[in-house]
Amino acid sequence: MLPVLTISKLSKTYGTGFQALKSVDLTINRGEVFALLGPNGAGKTTLIGIVCGIVRATSGTVTVDGHDNVRDYRRARAKIGLVPQELTVDGFITVWDAVSFSRGLFGKKPDPAYLERMLRSLTLWDRKDSKIITLSGGMKRRVLIAKALAHEPEILFLDEPTAGVDVELRREMWTVMEQLKQSGVTIILTTHYIDEAEEMADRVGVINKGEIVLVESKVALMTNLGRKELTLQLGQPLAAIPAALGAHRLQLSDSHTQLIYTYDSENGPAGITALFDDLAAAGIRFSDLSTSERSLEEIFVSVVHDGDTARKRQTA
Amino acid sequence: MNLRAIWAIYRFEMARTFRTLLQSIVSPVLSTALYFVVFGAAIGSRISEVEGVSYGAFIVPGLVMMSLLTQSLSNASIGIYFPRFIGTIYEILSAPVSPLEIVIGYVGAATTKAVVIGLIILATAFLFVPIHIQHPFWMASFLVLTAISFSLFGFIIGIWADGFERLQIVPLLVVTPLAFLGGTFYSIRMLPEVWQTITLFNPVVYLISGFRWSFFGTSDVSVGISLGATLAVLALCLTVIYRIFQTGYRLKT
Ligand SMILES: Nc1ncnc2c1ncn2[C@@H]1O[C@H](COP(=O)(O)OP(=O)(O)OP(=O)(O)O)[C@@H](O)[C@H]1O
Ligand SMILES: [Mg+2]
Repeated sequence: MLPVLTISKLSKTYGTGFQALKSVDLTINRGEVFALLGPNGAGKTTLIGIVCGIVRATSGTVTVDGHDNVRDYRRARAKIGLVPQELTVDGFITVWDAVSFSRGLFGKKPDPAYLERMLRSLTLWDRKDSKIITLSGGMKRRVLIAKALAHEPEILFLDEPTAGVDVELRREMWTVMEQLKQSGVTIILTTHYIDEAEEMADRVGVINKGEIVLVESKVALMTNLGRKELTLQLGQPLAAIPAALGAHRLQLSDSHTQLIYTYDSENGPAGITALFDDLAAAGIRFSDLSTSERSLEEIFVSVVHDGDTARKRQTA
Repeated sequence: MNLRAIWAIYRFEMARTFRTLLQSIVSPVLSTALYFVVFGAAIGSRISEVEGVSYGAFIVPGLVMMSLLTQSLSNASIGIYFPRFIGTIYEILSAPVSPLEIVIGYVGAATTKAVVIGLIILATAFLFVPIHIQHPFWMASFLVLTAISFSLFGFIIGIWADGFERLQIVPLLVVTPLAFLGGTFYSIRMLPEVWQTITLFNPVVYLISGFRWSFFGTSDVSVGISLGATLAVLALCLTVIYRIFQTGYRLKT
């Protein structure tokens, strides 16, 4: 696939002396959905800001479909739409005026038919004459998406598009993103929700402390991320895991009082049933059980601070 | 040139004006009418003539100029400060528009509004005193040039300001006093000699003087110098704005 966006050796040191990006290299393919994950303060918004022309890079280059985003900023920016992280929108104008303004700003000639189709797809058409201040938070976010799409961009940046949005609306937004993808738009989104990345992304990148620490296809990553743990509180401590249970992915806790079973969505139900059968056969009783899922945040931590463990898990 | 972008910004700004029509137009007209009543009618009745012109007529160019300065300044400064304040500036910065286009859009709208208000005030003045404008072309030129200069100045303030307080400070503490002391209500020849000299450091003197000349054909300082001073203010503001965009000052981090 052809890259539509090439970021190379991009660094950013803010006026405070804080280095938010450390020589970031990243390539985005045409037509893909790329999810950029990372804990708070990792540099996601900074990276997007530089590509879009809001933040000045300290060094490095950004090429948008062959156009340098500083030297040839007009052509580079014309291809990009940005939905910012914060709900920043002028509340005193109507939805229609807001999207018309955005389109004009990007130098596109008026096209009411396109704007209508777009507003309908975002279920904002009924509210096109409403002042934005009268809309709910979720609607305002969709107005921001509408503004970003008003000039028919080829690349769309969505900075945490579903933060603070209810479950139903999130699903709606995923549908919208899916439609955009179908129409050939390249989408780069940041998120803190694993299921969002899982649902939407073709590839996932993890950024931490200004460095890209991982870029992988979703499929590869999800087998790793989708792993869950079942913790069994033992009735009596065990000296070691009996050989009869060797077929299961089991670990004995340091205190010898817990058995920890790791599984993923594929081997889940069958694996657990088999495990319980084998436990009963071996005469091992347990007093309590709990399951836990590794959160994205934990994944970041393991990817960054514990690179070895992460690699082991990947190959396991 | 991204003309559509200029037009979009211009229209957006003009629409903002119409949303706040009352405070935009009614209040400057009202306060000017009050000046006429107080200075023109009440006090003016005790002052016979200034440089061969009735006092009521004499203060008209000064009053128009004073509104023009404050209006250009506040419109342009709020115009660019507001999107910075609420964060919508991201859209302008991420759009394929050049700094020049941004400036033309914002400053153009602020200038238009200031000139319209200036003309409305002038029309109001006709209701109070008979005035004959000797050099209409120069009158219009001074009006527009001054509005552009101070809109540019306002644009700079709007970028420099980091709070609403700072936004008010320059108009309040600098421009209003300079306008009052710049000969709005008197000819600087009426001042003691020392003060005449000091006053010449006030740029507003030149603006008002040139503008007044276009009405009555007489002035405190020569018209050429007035025009030169107006253009100098214009050039200075343009330079500062050029530097702002070059360095990204307060617009980009
Ligand atoms: N204008 C600024 N001046 C100084 N430091 C800044 C500025 N903007 C961001 N930073 C710092 O740069 C780092 C990266 O910020 P950024 O907003 O890019 O993070 P993020 O990954 O988007 O985080 P979040 O998930 O919270 O949105 C943070 O440590 C932040 O404090
Ligand atoms: Mg962010």
